Amino acid sequence: MDLLNALVALSNFVIVPAIAYGSQLALGALGVTLIYGILRFSNFAHGDTMAFGAMIAVLVTWGMQAAGVSFGPLPTALLALPFAILGCILLVLITDRFVYRFYREQKAKPVILVIVSMGVMFIMNGLVRFIIGPDDQRFSDGARFLIKARDFKAWTGLSEGLAIRTSQVITVVVAVAAVAALFWFLNKTRTGKSMRAYSDNEDLALLSGINPERVVMITWILVAALATTAGVLYGLDKSFKPFVYFQLLLPIFASAIVGGLGSPLGAIAGGFIIAFSEVTITYAWKKVLTYVAPENLEPSGLVQLLSTDYKFAVSFVILLIVLLFKPTGLFKGKAV
Amino acid sequence: MTETVKNTLLFAVVGGLILLTGFTQSWNSAILILNMGLISAIMSIGVNLQWGFAGLFNVGVMGFVALGGLAVVLVSTPPTPGAWSQGGYGVVLALLLGAVTVVAAVLAAQKMPKGRAQTLVIVAILIIGFFVYRAVFDPNAVAIEAINPAVAGNIGGLNLPVLLAWPAGGLLAAGAAWLIGKTALGLRSDYLAIATLGIAEIVIAVMKNEDWLARGVKNVYGIPRPAPVVGYEVELQNDPSFIARADWFGLDPVIASTLSVKLGYSLLFMIVLLVLLWMAQMALKSPWGRMMRAIRDNEVAAEAMGKDVTRRHLQIFVLGSAICGIAGAMMTTLDGQLTPGTYNPLRFTFLVWVMVIVGGSGNNFGAVLGAFLIWFLWVQVEPMGLWIMNLITSGMPDGSVLKVHLIESAAHMRLFTMGLVLLIVLRFSPRGLIPEK
Repeated sequence: MDLLNALVALSNFVIVPAIAYGSQLALGALGVTLIYGILRFSNFAHGDTMAFGAMIAVLVTWGMQAAGVSFGPLPTALLALPFAILGCILLVLITDRFVYRFYREQKAKPVILVIVSMGVMFIMNGLVRFIIGPDDQRFSDGARFLIKARDFKAWTGLSEGLAIRTSQVITVVVAVAAVAALFWFLNKTRTGKSMRAYSDNEDLALLSGINPERVVMITWILVAALATTAGVLYGLDKSFKPFVYFQLLLPIFASAIVGGLGSPLGAIAGGFIIAFSEVTITYAWKKVLTYVAPENLEPSGLVQLLSTDYKFAVSFVILLIVLLFKPTGLFKGKAV
Repeated sequence: MTETVKNTLLFAVVGGLILLTGFTQSWNSAILILNMGLISAIMSIGVNLQWGFAGLFNVGVMGFVALGGLAVVLVSTPPTPGAWSQGGYGVVLALLLGAVTVVAAVLAAQKMPKGRAQTLVIVAILIIGFFVYRAVFDPNAVAIEAINPAVAGNIGGLNLPVLLAWPAGGLLAAGAAWLIGKTALGLRSDYLAIATLGIAEIVIAVMKNEDWLARGVKNVYGIPRPAPVVGYEVELQNDPSFIARADWFGLDPVIASTLSVKLGYSLLFMIVLLVLLWMAQMALKSPWGRMMRAIRDNEVAAEAMGKDVTRRHLQIFVLGSAICGIAGAMMTTLDGQLTPGTYNPLRFTFLVWVMVIVGGSGNNFGAVLGAFLIWFLWVQVEPMGLWIMNLITSGMPDGSVLKVHLIESAAHMRLFTMGLVLLIVLRFSPRGLIPEK
């Protein structure tokens, strides 16, 4: 029995990566949930919006690196983030003006808007591939580790190391800041309150003189900022590849639905639920169990419940379970 | 211009485009477009059944298409010697145990009184069932994968004629659709979309990882052809009467044999498409079809008239998915190989949706027309994009970074164009080229 080492191994391979991944999913799911709450459709183009924002960040980062600008130990991409957010805002506002607004004025059914968002998804996907290509791009620089596994072992004298990457810490810090700012905006400012009012009851909000086009515009701006942040953080943590962002759509939607579509708090909870289940179920528990299990009872196999390629299956099964037993999600979402 | 004339003209235009490919590029690529167009048309009929008739939003087409492809391997390839005795029965036993676990959990959820005891029992059943399943499954799967892994390592098939695999693909897809429909239909429309999107990814993940089933990413090659109709190029080239006929057309025997093989496929696919189109048309005109559209247009009213909406939805969801499965089996037969790594949702799910919307949802002929047109564009946009890029960059100095980048990126014009076509049709002609009557 060696609980301390087991705990360190668990943190290293499960808890720290899952917290970082959960923050990324939560930011993505917040975007989906905001669009669902205000514009009332499931935006299939969200993954590609993330990819587009992240792509601008990659390009600006490269430009800054070429110009010799750096952010010390932190990745240059953080300096590029504001520019990327601006670029992404521009793109979604143009899309809204030329695509979505027409259907809003027509009062089209939500499912029509979903199909429209499919078309937008194709276009954004094509744009990203056109500009930066379909391949993997690395753009992280600065210090790679905050705590190195070897240093940790030297400090504590444990046989297990705990490595914390800079990107993981940045992910969590930025995500917390972004979520705090978002909640402050939604709860304290007049515009934020009008957004919540519009989401709760459209007709009543219109009667009280809220300008719907302004609410929609602010929503898109928030969504672009959240999506870009999520995309850049994910890219820093893993790497930037357009198709991977498209595939993130499923866990992001699962997070938003598990939390309750339209509920920002639910989106965050959902993101962490999905991330932790994905990581724990696809992690090979042999190492941790070997420390915990009594002498001679160590597991012989990997004790991996499912192979890592089945991580989509995990988010999907959680989604189904929640839908079957609590169709509006954990935090009461809305049902259109 | 009456409607019939207009529709005939539309089909003639698409046919002309394919013929033009034959005259200007090569007959080989023209027939390739035709063959994949025929398969796409069948997928479109399946999606149109679900979306056009019943308003069901299925974005898991890729999964059903892939299941059809899997069926081809499981039905028509020869069995791997020793695979069944080494572990085949064990795997089947494990899968049965897994099914029993799920059924037991569902029974517990339905029959037991709600409360903490019920939750505990369900969780216990699932956890114990999972470990029993893995204990039986793992050694058997490993045993199968150990048999001659360089060329086999999978359970193999039943060695039946490949044509039988097509309905089998439909059945496999229908079975999966029934399971999904049972759980996800009756929920809101967006949820069905997300659920089908997820199930498609899971089907692909299973096909990529379960090597014992169909070799995973190692792919299965050499799937037999529907021999009496299609034949093999080498045999044809050695057949004196074939060489004489090729000579009569003024063709080189080698080129003639490849064309003949492809035309054989075209013939088979055409027959399947016509049968399915006829069936879909009869279904549309029947009282059943009218009921479906009534449900689509107003579920509450249809329910008030005593129609069982959830059951009807399940029925049409299974039928539409089965058609996609048949198309998937046909596609794998045409390719002669199963490559799970090539299934991409943009190509196999969303492109089919573009076909249906552009052609005209709710109209079977529209779906077929859209399939041919969009498939033609999908193939031809790439050379056209390259041509445009060459034109744009002709003034730039050779070797400039922008020029190289633009020409290299021309291949990615496809997705952009498809999105543009979809948005333009949705905006200016939302009912498609051949609207529903």
